[in-house]
Amino acid sequence: MENLIANFNFVIVVILMMIGLWSMLAQKNLIKKCIGMAIFQTGIILFFISIGAKDNALIPILTEAANHTYPDPVVAKVGNPLTQILMLTAIVVGVATLGVGLALAQKIYQQHSSFDEDEILENERK
Amino acid sequence: MTEQLPIIIILGPLLGATLAAFAAWFRPRLSQPLVVLGLVISSAAALKLVFIVADAGAQKYWLGGWGPKQGHGVVGIQITVDYLNTLLLAAVSGIALLTSVYTRRLVDTELAGRQRYFYALFSLLVTGLLGITITGDIFNLYVFMEIAALSSYALIAYGRGRAYMAAFNYLIMGTMGACLYLLGVGFIFAKSGTLNIDDVSAIIPELGQSKALFVGFVLILLGAWAKMAFFPFHGWLPNAYAHAPTASAAILAPLATKVAIYAMLRVMVTVYSIDYIIHSPGIQSLALYLSSLAIVIASFFSLTQTNLKKLASYFVLSEIGYMVGGAWLANKPGLTGAMVHVVADAAMTSALFMAIGCIVYRLGQAQLDDLKGVFFKMPVTMAAFVVTMAALIGVPPTCGFFSKWYLIQGAAQAGVWHFVAALLLSSLVKAIILFRIIEIGYNRVPHPAIEGNPAIPRNEAPLSMLIPTAAMALGLIALGLGTSTLVNTIIAKALPAALAP
Repeated sequence: MENLIANFNFVIVVILMMIGLWSMLAQKNLIKKCIGMAIFQTGIILFFISIGAKDNALIPILTEAANHTYPDPVVAKVGNPLTQILMLTAIVVGVATLGVGLALAQKIYQQHSSFDEDEILENERK
Repeated sequence: MTEQLPIIIILGPLLGATLAAFAAWFRPRLSQPLVVLGLVISSAAALKLVFIVADAGAQKYWLGGWGPKQGHGVVGIQITVDYLNTLLLAAVSGIALLTSVYTRRLVDTELAGRQRYFYALFSLLVTGLLGITITGDIFNLYVFMEIAALSSYALIAYGRGRAYMAAFNYLIMGTMGACLYLLGVGFIFAKSGTLNIDDVSAIIPELGQSKALFVGFVLILLGAWAKMAFFPFHGWLPNAYAHAPTASAAILAPLATKVAIYAMLRVMVTVYSIDYIIHSPGIQSLALYLSSLAIVIASFFSLTQTNLKKLASYFVLSEIGYMVGGAWLANKPGLTGAMVHVVADAAMTSALFMAIGCIVYRLGQAQLDDLKGVFFKMPVTMAAFVVTMAALIGVPPTCGFFSKWYLIQGAAQAGVWHFVAALLLSSLVKAIILFRIIEIGYNRVPHPAIEGNPAIPRNEAPLSMLIPTAAMALGLIALGLGTSTLVNTIIAKALPAALAP
């Protein structure tokens, strides 16, 4: 239990990802699938940010880089900037995917006047 | 100059895509030549690198010159051309080049009036696929995966009608796969603190048995399986490829799934090691059973199909089972077979979809019943088709025989008899389908669409489509004859040294 409280951000990440995954796979409504996709991606983004975060972390700017040796006691206190940069890329990818998904959903709606997967499949079978 | 070759492979199609997108605004006809030009540069560089790698070993390139500094670890993104990916790079860029020439007439008829951005998307897709293959960084691989995936969703949705729903299903499945992959990368990064593949593979053995690494491995594996349409995740593929325009299917079907399989091989062989695979026997036997199931189920479904494109999509599914199974045999012939088959199957599927494209170009559709008389009217196309089917069945001089030989040898060595049975069953089913098509195709009463002018006995597709098709079919035989050379000079060295013979 203490472990869970200490890592409550990871618990939230898992909950978010499960909601997203369930909604992507089990929901019949195309827009809800898109929302699930966005929630899943948000969960992953939080996961990465949690990996890189530290209590009382220093900003990752080294003033006199030349004087630092590796491994460095200062470097050990710095929050990992890489995870945040990776997630900037992942956010861009997520937005693009969501955009394409919604565009496709819109096209499907124009055709079938419905977002319901079952109804659409029924229409297509005709 | 030669040290810049690895990056030129990606820059060719990337520049082609950008220029083609600009050209689409004011001179749409210019898009395709620009893309072809980019791919010529890219495939020339890839071909040159095959020889360089065969002579001198792996070539490494640091983007922007951000190489590793003494004592500071890795900063930049690395791209690597080594024994494992050099052949696939040449195959992807070469097939993309032939397909870009081949699709011009097909796009003009199939997508008349809205083909404007087709070649920009085409080139972007190839950029993504080449990027996945060449990158030496696991996060960079995710980014390229999504570049390829986003352009392929658009290429499939070009088909309109039912293609929208097929593309949407692919988008959901593909995004799920990419997200699982990214999550796995997160686990590896949290444990090892690096994203560079060489560094990760050096650090993982030091970390010993770690649950986080194992979970990361499983997540990456599931992600790659969803991306490649492996058995439980295969539902999206047949609809997506059957309802996509034939021009899109001709580039997607041969390359997209093969590159995902390469990503899995890279993670299995380089990032984690083959020891790791052997010491996780639970997943190994599961993967092998799933491969056999994938082959058997895809073969049965292919028997019931009446549409040529859908039939070919089920062939793609069964071939995925070959490669995943071969990789998970985790012995020398099995892995060799999987690596040869990735290249061979890219060529075979490409030839298959090119031949189908020629038929669709003349017939307007691809129902099996419409193929009546097709052998009399389109002899060259159908000759290419029969050679391709022979390769898929595994008839000796073609490349399909040799890769399948390695796979069966590997399965027999590992004692996985259900995989041997599945491979043989799949060959049998493909032979049945070939003879069924021959039976329909030699019908004396031709289909009205291919009858054409009765004064002209033949009604082939235009030469710009016919030449790439014939070249690809001849390439299958050439690749088959060259298999032993390729295995000895390149693929044998890609196998991990720790592997039992």
